[in-house]
Amino acid sequence: MKKVTIDPISRLEGHGKIEIFLDDDGNVENAYLQIPELRGFEQFVVGRPAEDMPVITNRICGVCPEAHHMAATKALDDLFQVVPNSAAKKLRELFYSSFFVTDHTTHFYALGGPDFIVGPDAPAGERNILGVIRKVGVDIGKQVIACRQRNHEVIKLLGGRGIHPAAGLPGGWSKAINEEERQGIEKTARANIEFALFTLKAFDEIVLKNSVYLDLITSDTYRHETYYMGLVDNSNRVNFYDGMLRIVAPNGQEYVKYHPCDYRQHIAEIVMTWTYLKFPYLKNIGWKGFVDGASSGVYCATPLSRLNVADSMATPLAQEHFEKMYETLGSKKVNGRYLPIHFRLATHWARLIELLYAAERMLELATDEEITCPDVRVIPSGVKGEGIGCVEAPRGTLTHHYLTDERGIVAKANLIVGTTNNYAPIAMSIKKAAQKFIHNGIVDEGLLNKVEMAFRLYDPCFSCATHNLPGKMPLHIALKNNSGQLLQEIRRD
Amino acid sequence: MGIKPKIAMYWASSCGGCEISLANIHDKLLDVEANFNLIFCPCLVDTKLHDIEQMSDKDIFITFFNGAIRNSDNEEMAQLLRKKSRILIAYGACSKDGGIPSLSNLYSTEEHFKNIYMDNLTVDNPFRVTPKIYTNVEEGQLTLPALYETVRSLDQVVDVDYYMPGCPPEPEQLINVLDFILSGGALPPKGSRIGVGKTTVCEECKRIKHDKKIKKFCRTWEIIPDKKTCLLEQGLICMGIATSGGCGGLCPEVNMPCIGCYGAAEGVEDQGAKMISALGSIIDIEPLKGMSEDKITEYIRNILKDIPDCAGTFYKFGMAKAMVNRRVK
Ligand code: SF4
Ligand code: SF4
Ligand code: SF4
Repeated sequence: MKKVTIDPISRLEGHGKIEIFLDDDGNVENAYLQIPELRGFEQFVVGRPAEDMPVITNRICGVCPEAHHMAATKALDDLFQVVPNSAAKKLRELFYSSFFVTDHTTHFYALGGPDFIVGPDAPAGERNILGVIRKVGVDIGKQVIACRQRNHEVIKLLGGRGIHPAAGLPGGWSKAINEEERQGIEKTARANIEFALFTLKAFDEIVLKNSVYLDLITSDTYRHETYYMGLVDNSNRVNFYDGMLRIVAPNGQEYVKYHPCDYRQHIAEIVMTWTYLKFPYLKNIGWKGFVDGASSGVYCATPLSRLNVADSMATPLAQEHFEKMYETLGSKKVNGRYLPIHFRLATHWARLIELLYAAERMLELATDEEITCPDVRVIPSGVKGEGIGCVEAPRGTLTHHYLTDERGIVAKANLIVGTTNNYAPIAMSIKKAAQKFIHNGIVDEGLLNKVEMAFRLYDPCFSCATHNLPGKMPLHIALKNNSGQLLQEIRRD
Repeated sequence: MGIKPKIAMYWASSCGGCEISLANIHDKLLDVEANFNLIFCPCLVDTKLHDIEQMSDKDIFITFFNGAIRNSDNEEMAQLLRKKSRILIAYGACSKDGGIPSLSNLYSTEEHFKNIYMDNLTVDNPFRVTPKIYTNVEEGQLTLPALYETVRSLDQVVDVDYYMPGCPPEPEQLINVLDFILSGGALPPKGSRIGVGKTTVCEECKRIKHDKKIKKFCRTWEIIPDKKTCLLEQGLICMGIATSGGCGGLCPEVNMPCIGCYGAAEGVEDQGAKMISALGSIIDIEPLKGMSEDKITEYIRNILKDIPDCAGTFYKFGMAKAMVNRRVK
């Protein structure tokens, strides 16, 4: 039996590794996605004061520190039994919307998008941000940089720092804004809406009007039927900051809707000896392995999942595009809501609809008269001993759970991070792509690209390599026989 | 200009925030592109390990190294890049002092494994297994790298030329350093911190400072501090007094105390020890006059009880560099 090692970040970058085993005929028998790293936050936060969690746990990830900061801050609201006033809540959500705009922009233009904008079959050296700029023009490239920059200024203004913010406290936010600051943010929000609309138009022209790409999106290779998870507001609309967790079954029916504080009744995580990351699954269905379908506990929590669980979007322009996506991809409305889209590559489209939603929501909040209220903190009266906080991170539902002593010193912590939710689905997508593209022991150059597309659409956070400009991921495939002898090697540097 | 100098950026055990700080120099990136040859940076260019191995020694002009040393891969890369670089810069708190992940040194690997894989709140692990270096699966064998018991800073593994503090360093700092290199100025003495001033965060902080006489410490959730007055005076543990300047006082600017991410100030050996001695001099001792020794101890104890986690407070970003850098028991 042959073993194929795809080491996407190779030995030197070591954050993720794919092992593919071939059977005697040279076809894929199994594929494993290994996470070779553990940093241990769940252990070393023990003994620390709970109020430090927003600034300690944001160091889990420098790409989405805002998400950890916010989940931790909300867990503190719960732990200290304090409800922030509505001005504080709006200010937090304003900060959070700005973060979503910049994060989704980075993903589309630098990471996932190049597959489409430049083309899945374009030379590897072109499928990066520079290739994108060549294709869409330097002006657009400058707009992308400007979008990231103006939103980072908002993040820094509201959170104290551009990376690893500081302003989250139980019961509120440490910094209020004045009218002048508000006006600046309003301007940014308006520019963000224009930018999001422009981006959706580019997606329409480049991807949707091209039947080759559309066929790729709707091909069986990138299709999985799983459960979907996401936060919804009380009208079952997408919400990044707050709400109930809704899970829908592969056939689109609501499987369960629960308060994030009840997550333990619904989610469990299984441990494997060959990876440092745990695999979450739906507890009441059970872990049945890496398989699709309603009888498998595997669920997905991504931009597409969030749209799949929602009845609609909360802002008008995003709603228009939401409908367009479901109609275009052939979904029907049943009992007032669209059936889920199972084409995983549509995640890129869903991400852009979310980009527009975040921009629109940001404008709503920036023009809300309460937003300049100077009073954005409620002082808690004591500690409950347990706190759970949940937000949607760009890559999936993020839950922080702390148990503390009576002084608020952490005794136990449980963190279910965005990408972790999708660990099993990503592994399944990789296996399916490998099965489709490796036959009779022959691995061709195209495989690299297609496997890469299968996991890049999830925007996975364990390989930080996928989160940075230009996001071209070097791949290395080594084809070995059972005695470990190297038969063939392909690299895409 | 002749051949562009080669520069490199590498992440060991990192959160990626240091890389984002490079991306956040925004259009300045074009200057970098114009003036340097970014030869190696896993997130930006695809040079591979063997390309680096084949370079002659000291061929890379500068390497910005971020992330802590957590496993053997990290250590090997540190050694290789040391050899190939003329100047090696410890970039960011993790590389400079161990960073937040070095709080792990307060626990053993065994404790990590037990808590994370066995006693965790959602874990389903009836056979109490943990990740292993070798696993035999049905189709063959899978391997994982082993974790080191102690998280170390870069200079605990190889010789380091300069340090750039911050978690992560502010993009302006990186711009300053790049501009300085381009100006061709004489390099500072080996071991210097670069991109930052010689003072503390307090010196850069805009808050009004008075003579400090602290009677009681409090935690950030307990009070809404006055917006203009020094936070430490108001009883919040603000590390600005023991922390290197460079950020301009970002956290106090949004009414939050400095948590010390820039590490020890110039000339200070141990950030935590410096903080403790600073606290000693600002606790109000007026009421102690004429008190018995027992009463004095009780008074001081009472004040300090509101600092519930000295290790995590004073060494949040630098456990690897603390005088006692891991739990000994
Ligand atoms: S120094 Fe801070 S930003 Fe840099 S890798 Fe460490 S935790 Fe991340
Ligand atoms: S102790 Fe903190 S608030 Fe006071 S001056 Fe120093 S940095 Fe500013
Ligand atoms: S104020 Fe302190 S914690 Fe905040 S950025 Fe500056 S050095 Fe870091």
